[in-house]
Amino acid sequence: MNECPKEIIDYIHDYLDGDLDAEKETVLQEYLSSCAACRAHFRELERTISFIQSTPSVQAPEGFTAGVFARLPKEKKTTRARRWFRYHPMLTAASVFLLLMVTSLVGSFGDTNEFSFTNYDNVIVEGNVVVVPEGEVVSGDIVVKNGEIRIEGQVDGDVTIINGERYLASAGDVTGEIEEIDQVFSWLWYHIKKTAFNVSSFFTGEDTGT
Amino acid sequence: MDAFVKQRIKQVMKGDQDAFGEIVELYKDSVYHLCFRMLGNRHEAEDLAQEAFVRAYVNIHTFHTNKKFSTWLYRIATNLCIDWIRKRKPDAYLDAEVSGTEGLTMYSQVAANVEKPEEVIERSEMQQLIHKEIVNLPEKYRAVIILKYLKECSLQEISEMLELPLGTVKTRIHRGREALRKQLRTV
Repeated sequence: MNECPKEIIDYIHDYLDGDLDAEKETVLQEYLSSCAACRAHFRELERTISFIQSTPSVQAPEGFTAGVFARLPKEKKTTRARRWFRYHPMLTAASVFLLLMVTSLVGSFGDTNEFSFTNYDNVIVEGNVVVVPEGEVVSGDIVVKNGEIRIEGQVDGDVTIINGERYLASAGDVTGEIEEIDQVFSWLWYHIKKTAFNVSSFFTGEDTGT
Repeated sequence: MDAFVKQRIKQVMKGDQDAFGEIVELYKDSVYHLCFRMLGNRHEAEDLAQEAFVRAYVNIHTFHTNKKFSTWLYRIATNLCIDWIRKRKPDAYLDAEVSGTEGLTMYSQVAANVEKPEEVIERSEMQQLIHKEIVNLPEKYRAVIILKYLKECSLQEISEMLELPLGTVKTRIHRGREALRKQLRTV
């Protein structure tokens, strides 16, 4: 092999790397057909490559991923929360909705300390007291906020008092329900009930307008 | 690159460790295999392959999503292995006494690393011999041979991974092939 030109071995390697141009490849082919030693060298290299490639691939041992995680720096809390929200979109939507509703209602409970009530032609107002006079019939619901109600006549509907008191004269009469609300919680409960009622009426097709 | 991998990497960039778990699952065998052939034993291979994933996680922001993720991972793992091999070399005097022990030499340490028969991956003697010869290559040849023939990286990719000129990569492949040929020609 001593007399073989050195570039032949380089050509062989370039050929194995897919780097040999066509012209040199012809030179190599011709040379290999005439030199048994170089031919053997070439075959040995090809065989070596297939030996390397014949080694089986191996699998990572059990618990490998857990081992990686044990070494990772701690994850930021915000990321964990963000992922939780992403994986629970319905819960997230529901809790955001609930939060908004609670804050807006609590806000409206505190904000309006003003005296207000459902007005009817035949009710009298004395200061912050709504009076249903004797002999009068109010047909409809009455809501009184931050005030009192004295019922001497008749109410054909529900009476709701928020942050106030009611006086029912012996002659007075309420056909519907009487409800007093003076806590934030009751206020919320009242709203939730009302919403639920509206929603259920909506679904059952009842007319809630009256 | 795979859309799945791309999406996971974006999540990891935001700090999502669960998404990284999926990436580890996807590439662990491949990276472990690379380390195993580089280092020659399972214990170090597991250690360095895990370290490679930790480095990938910490440095994920330096990865460009238009590149191949596997190549980037191999680059980290290969460089870790090369550094490790170079560092352990001066300690490799096997008859030196291990500090703090009496009469315990590196021989006994190494013996503990020797694989139990049931752990040996290469079933045939032939495969064991090939593995041994790959591991015995100088690490600069070993890395390019493993990347080229076991990880099917192109010479251009290897050149970028190891930050070597293409010509140097070719020379190392040629020399690595020649060295293996000499060891394996008689089998």
